[in-house]
Amino acid sequence: MRGGIGDLPISRSPIADPAGECLPRFAPVVVGPALYLMLSRSLALLFTPSAMVIAQALLAAPMIIALAHRAIEEPWQEYGGALRVDGATRLRSIRMLLAIARRSVVTRVLAGFGRTISEVGAVLIVGGNIAGYTRIMTTAIVLKTSEGELGLALGFGLVLIGIGIVVSASAFVLWERR
Amino acid sequence: MKLRKLPLPLFIFLLGHATVAAEQPAPQSIILASTTSVENSGLLAHILPAFTKETGITVHVLAQGTGQALQTAAWDDADLVLVHDPEAEQKFIAAGDGIDRQQIAWNDFIVVGPHADPAHIAGTHDAVAALKTIASAQAPFVSRGDKSGTDALEHRLWHVAEIDPAKAGGGSWYRDIGGGMGAALNAAQGMNAYTISDRGTWLSFANKGDLTVLVEGDPHLLNRYDVILLNPTKHPVPKQALAERFAQWLVSPDGQTAIGAYKVQGEQLFHPSAAAPK
Repeated sequence: MRGGIGDLPISRSPIADPAGECLPRFAPVVVGPALYLMLSRSLALLFTPSAMVIAQALLAAPMIIALAHRAIEEPWQEYGGALRVDGATRLRSIRMLLAIARRSVVTRVLAGFGRTISEVGAVLIVGGNIAGYTRIMTTAIVLKTSEGELGLALGFGLVLIGIGIVVSASAFVLWERR
Repeated sequence: MKLRKLPLPLFIFLLGHATVAAEQPAPQSIILASTTSVENSGLLAHILPAFTKETGITVHVLAQGTGQALQTAAWDDADLVLVHDPEAEQKFIAAGDGIDRQQIAWNDFIVVGPHADPAHIAGTHDAVAALKTIASAQAPFVSRGDKSGTDALEHRLWHVAEIDPAKAGGGSWYRDIGGGMGAALNAAQGMNAYTISDRGTWLSFANKGDLTVLVEGDPHLLNRYDVILLNPTKHPVPKQALAERFAQWLVSPDGQTAIGAYKVQGEQLFHPSAAAPK
């Protein structure tokens, strides 16, 4: 396996971001109460879909950035020198590297997506699981389990897995054939 | 070099757009912080459509324990509360947070446990004696442990029984799960343990397994539900008129009839009691 950023023999890649390496380790359950406290006392945001979007973005973005960064490390080692000799701008270098590592970047973005749709702690805390408003698949599974409707909870879980498979398959078909 | 500074503002910009797109506030909506029992039992889902149809006001229900619901309201994150812990409610009102408490319905708590009934409490009508027996038999007992109304009742009963269950059986027969009513019933079912439930959640609970009602009919087990508005002298109450309208509807003949009409498998879960408080 490849090492982390510190082990890079050449220089750091263009979007090196050590913060991105440690942020994904922030547990969702910390983002939940932290965001709750930030949004509390402003009735406009807490317990709305917006609060859930913010929580999910805060959780997913650092993880996806860090994983995507790791995906372009290898091509950077391989082609970084050539790109610099070529006089490529930063933007162009990133674009080239993302194109080279496309397959692995897509996989990692999908990993972020999978984590987002299966997350339940933070969205339950800031969304409130309001029926027809902030109730999502995962919070509905928790609710149905607590109502003793275990079969229904499992059914929701299967639907969630199905959605994940459909999205992943579509992404691969779209990106592989480009 | 400018590019380095771009991603963060761009991210915030996109986030702002995403949130605006996700937001579709109902023209008139209020947030009701409530107990898990009135939500999980299906009562609110049964009565709210009639209220919304009549007034155009959407009620967003947060199913929390009584303790958490009162805290949410005290922090201005809800517009009114519907809870069932008389002591905590009195504190909430005494602290200047709540006004206009009105009882809307009642039912009762029950002690449930496995058919085998290792502590032999079945058929009795004294909850305190039953808890004493469970403690001396060291039979598994599941506690909510979440500062909900049901949790508060359980602790009052232990207090009357002069037993400190956490001290007597914490880590062994007394199992504090820190969860909602449904989670406690699931746990009791899985561990062949006793627990205390409100009747509404029990009747609508679908995973009873070997659990059955063992003790009921003790006056200690009365369970009253109250609606409380926020006190405008301490809170901004931007939606007080809508919240008042909902509270008034709950105690009106229309609301009371809707509450009394809710049945699960032929059994009435909540008894309307605005007219004749118990």
